[in-house]
Amino acid sequence: MNKHVIVIGAGVAGLEAAGQLSRAGIDVSLIEREKMTGGHLNDWFKLFPDRRDSREVKDYLEKFTNNDGIKLLAGIEIEKIINGRGGVKVTTSEGKELIADALIVATGFDLFRSSRKEEYGYEIYDNVYTSADLEKMFRKGKISLHNGKSPETIGIVHCVGSRDEKVGNLYCSKLCCVTAVKQAIEIREHLPESKVFCFYMDMRMGGAMYEELYREAQEKWGVNFIRGKVSEAGEDINNKVIIKVEDTLAGRPLKMELDMLVLMAGMEMSEGGRKIAGLAGLNAGENRFFAVTDQHYGSNRSSVKGIFFAGTCTAPMNITETISHSRAAATEVISYLNNK
Amino acid sequence: MDKFGYTISKGRQIDYDSNDRRIAEYIYEREPSFRLCIECGGCSATCTTGNFTRFSLRELNILIKRGENEKVRQNIRKCMLCGKCILVCPRGVNTRNVVVLARQAFQKSDDYAV
Repeated sequence: MNKHVIVIGAGVAGLEAAGQLSRAGIDVSLIEREKMTGGHLNDWFKLFPDRRDSREVKDYLEKFTNNDGIKLLAGIEIEKIINGRGGVKVTTSEGKELIADALIVATGFDLFRSSRKEEYGYEIYDNVYTSADLEKMFRKGKISLHNGKSPETIGIVHCVGSRDEKVGNLYCSKLCCVTAVKQAIEIREHLPESKVFCFYMDMRMGGAMYEELYREAQEKWGVNFIRGKVSEAGEDINNKVIIKVEDTLAGRPLKMELDMLVLMAGMEMSEGGRKIAGLAGLNAGENRFFAVTDQHYGSNRSSVKGIFFAGTCTAPMNITETISHSRAAATEVISYLNNK
Repeated sequence: MDKFGYTISKGRQIDYDSNDRRIAEYIYEREPSFRLCIECGGCSATCTTGNFTRFSLRELNILIKRGENEKVRQNIRKCMLCGKCILVCPRGVNTRNVVVLARQAFQKSDDYAV
């Protein structure tokens, strides 16, 4: 009889893990709570660092879900997970019971809810947006303010919900610096007359071609980088956003009036992941992402036999890393099944 | 010699080997969060004093750590201890206590000097 594996979450990680398993001849049930597969890829327009359309990656990943070996259950919640001798039994919101030989958790991340950082005024002031809001504008092809006009001065705040003890997230989300640089370039492309300012604590350009993109932003697009954490934003009578920051390299406080403020929201353990953690008895690590058995060689393994992890449910990762991590999860599962 | 415009410039470098970092040690011991500062400047941006006078808590923090105490001694009294900086700090540094301890340390070193 064919082996059967359940994958929870049909974002980048889940799709890739499912595809790999099915190509190895394993039957896969891919469960997704949203109606659409692709996860956060659906919310992003172009991807860093090469600025390709996210749909291309989505197409690549979804090619395999049309495979006979993968059964997609979309728009479905999971109600119960029981891990016993006979395998893993999952009960869905439709009351259906699935029994599998192993389970891969690929529940991904949620973007930090920026309104929690009240001092930046998201959902309070009209012209404060998040990185995700900006992607929607890019997809539509128009960057506009609350009043429909185009912004001329745009400020980008790094580390919103990351490296911030005040919101309980001590870790670096890794992707926001490069997202800021990518979005700054895209704003300049759309609005050649605009001025863009990135406010950063440290520029963390530790990925393939990130530093090159940073250079391009300076050299070709004239993006301005100011080293300092924005302490607060306010709104004036003309709907402008006034920010306060210390220009730490000049050693003086700096005030700036902006048309638009964009917050680079960090990554957090997803709400869906927390639910699965509760159902399956999985532990969270220090940063509330799933705890893996070993940071070096056990990054796909959970403390529960037969349950594995793929992707950003364990730590912030970019798409390349997520795909690699998910392939590794599939390999772990195959070797687990062969030795079972 | 003044007429000829000659002056001897003092070295600009931080003399890390001979600087006195006892003020920093005094604070580290009593307020360990002082070590967590990443120099983001959030405190200085929100600081009421810093917006009107040459006072930057971020700058004073680093000067204390380097043992460049003279500038700190002159400026540390400007802080009004309002504590807005604590609300902003992403590293959870108890910035107000750092100021209080720095003042204490200077007071003590002045007392000994007498």
